[in-house]
Amino acid sequence: MSAVSRMAEQEALGVLHAARDPRDIVVTTMSTARDWMKLPQSPFDLVFVPSAMSHATSVGLGLALAQPDRRVVVANGDGSMLMNLGSLVSIASSGARNIVVVVFDNGVYEVTGSQPTPGAQAVDFAAIARGAGFRAVFCVDALEDWRSDVQKILNADGPTFAWLRVEPATDLPGPKSPGPARDRARRFIEALRS
Amino acid sequence: MTSIFNGEQIAEMLDQLGVSHVVTVPDSTIGPWQGAIERRGRTRLVRVCREGEAWEVAAGLYLGGASPMVMIQCTGLFESGDAIRNVLHDWKLPIFSMIGYRSYLNQDTLPGDTCLVFTEPVLDAWKIDYRVLTSPQQFGEVAAHYAACKRDGTAGAIIVAEGAA
Repeated sequence: MSAVSRMAEQEALGVLHAARDPRDIVVTTMSTARDWMKLPQSPFDLVFVPSAMSHATSVGLGLALAQPDRRVVVANGDGSMLMNLGSLVSIASSGARNIVVVVFDNGVYEVTGSQPTPGAQAVDFAAIARGAGFRAVFCVDALEDWRSDVQKILNADGPTFAWLRVEPATDLPGPKSPGPARDRARRFIEALRS
Repeated sequence: MTSIFNGEQIAEMLDQLGVSHVVTVPDSTIGPWQGAIERRGRTRLVRVCREGEAWEVAAGLYLGGASPMVMIQCTGLFESGDAIRNVLHDWKLPIFSMIGYRSYLNQDTLPGDTCLVFTEPVLDAWKIDYRVLTSPQQFGEVAAHYAACKRDGTAGAIIVAEGAA
C-alpha cells in the first residue's frame, strides 16, 4: 500500500453531510458520532451513543430492512468494523440494497487514546467487503476524490461499501450522549412515521 | 424429545402475533423451524453471523417501525451481553426473544452442560422478564407473554427447553 495524504475525518464527514439526501437515515458511532454532532442535525440522524461496541452496521441493517424506501448510511470506524466483520456478510446476504457502509479508517482506536487497531495500515477492507458480497465497493484516499465521487458512491447499486482512509486525530474526547437514548429513540421513530 | 414445539405452530403463531422479522442464529432445535417460517411467508427471516448482531439488527428494525423477534440459543445469549445491555437498557427498546435452553430436557450429548448453571442467572442479571417453557402444553404461554410485553412496552423472553445439543 503506497503512502497517501489522508483526509481529516471531520472534513470527510462534512462532505458526506453535504451530499446526503434529506430523507437518508445516517447512523454514526464513536468518533464519527462526535464529529457528526458538530454539524447541523436531521431528524433522521441516529447518533448511536451509547452504543454496543461495533454494532452500528447491525442497527443500520435493521433500519434498511424496515425502511426499504430510504437509504441508510452507516458512518463507521475501522476499529468498530474489525469487531463486527460478520455484519458485512449479514448485510450482503440480507438482500438489502439501500445501505451504504462508510468506514473512516484512521488505523487507531481514537476514543481510547489512539492505540493502533489490529492490522492497522495492512487490512484491506475493500477485499473484505467484496468477499462478504457487497455489490459496490470503493476506496477513497484523497478529499478531492471523496468530494467528486460521493454522489456516485451513495447512488451506486448497493449494498455499498466505501473505505475512506483518514488522518487520526489526537487528544480528542470520545462522543458524549446528546440526551437520553429512550427519548431520542421515540423522536426518531416519530420522525420516520411522519 | 428434542423439541417441545414444531415449526408449523411457531410459524402460525408468529403470523398471528404480527411478528415482521425473526432475527436468528439457529441451533438444532430452533433451526428446523426456519423452513416452516419461510414456507408460511409472512414473517421474514434475517440470518446473522452471531447473536450479538441479532439484538442490534432487531433494534434497527424496531426503530424503523417493524416488529422483530430475536431467536437464538442460550449459548448465544451468553455471547450477546453488550448488545442486550445497549438495546434493552440503554435504549430501552422492547425487543422480544425466544431462546433455546440447551440440555434442559436431557444431557445425553453434553453431560453436566453448564448451560443449565448459567442460563437463568444470566437472564436475571440482564433483568429480562422471561418464562421457561418445558412441555408442549405450555405453547399458549408464548403468545400470552408476548402480548403482555407488547402491552407494557417492555422486553421479554420465552425460554424453550431443548433436548440434545
